[in-house]
Amino acid sequence: MPDLGKYGDTVLSAYGVSIALLIVLVGLSLWRGRRVRSALAEVEERAKRNG
Amino acid sequence: MSLWEYANPRKFLTTSERLLPWFWGLAGLCLVAGLIWGFFFTPDEARQGATVKIIYLHVPAAMLAINAWIMMLVASLIWLVRRHHVSALAARAAAPIGAVMTLIALITGAIWGQPMWGTWWEWDPRLTSFLILFLFYLGYIALWQAIDNPDTAADLTSVLCLVGTVFALLSRYAVNFWNQGLHQGASLSLDKEEHVANVFYLPLLVCIAGFILLFVALVLYRTGTEIRARRMAALLARERAGA
Repeated sequence: MPDLGKYGDTVLSAYGVSIALLIVLVGLSLWRGRRVRSALAEVEERAKRNG
Repeated sequence: MSLWEYANPRKFLTTSERLLPWFWGLAGLCLVAGLIWGFFFTPDEARQGATVKIIYLHVPAAMLAINAWIMMLVASLIWLVRRHHVSALAARAAAPIGAVMTLIALITGAIWGQPMWGTWWEWDPRLTSFLILFLFYLGYIALWQAIDNPDTAADLTSVLCLVGTVFALLSRYAVNFWNQGLHQGASLSLDKEEHVANVFYLPLLVCIAGFILLFVALVLYRTGTEIRARRMAALLARERAGA
């Protein structure tokens, strides 16, 4: 860990908030993508069955 | 082969699925390498001390906040002129990414500004135009959610995007236009006198590459999701009509 001196809290909070926001953005995108993909597969299957 | 082939949703999906692992992988690699390099292996700056390390998040996020809107503008214009659904959905997919980038730029700017300027916030031209840009992102996302008909939503959000472009450009050039306020000029410039020292510049370039690659990966992935969601809505509507 580098010596951040009196700015430790400042730098770590900037990194913490930014990385957390990026993780939430990627996580929510992947979660919605998977949910929509499986829901579409279900609807397509049903449409195929019903002709 | 024409670029317009990718306006075909099926073609877009197959091509993006082939490219996505590369974009995810390279984005992760550049972000991890750039942030570790910047955080652990660069010195403090003479005046700013260790706070200079915030540059590796603040500058790439601010660049993408503006450029995501410009990408949305291009996609919206393509929709308005050529009526390609994929371009309207790509603009929709990019908006939450741009909003998060703007939020990161605003938050890291406030955290950085407090020890350097003695205040979290100032109604400075660049800060203010960035805040307005963030509000435009929220308005754009809300407008998509508020309108049921996807073509009408695409039309209206495209017009909003054209209007918001003024603030995206102001965010970039506010410092030059008004030449006042707390925020300094560009950290990156082709003019070597103007941009930051090489010891900070090189890891910053790696971080910028990481943010750009992450943006591209997210736009491709989220556009694919929007295409599937639209197809699902069409199938469900057909199902209801047949019932």
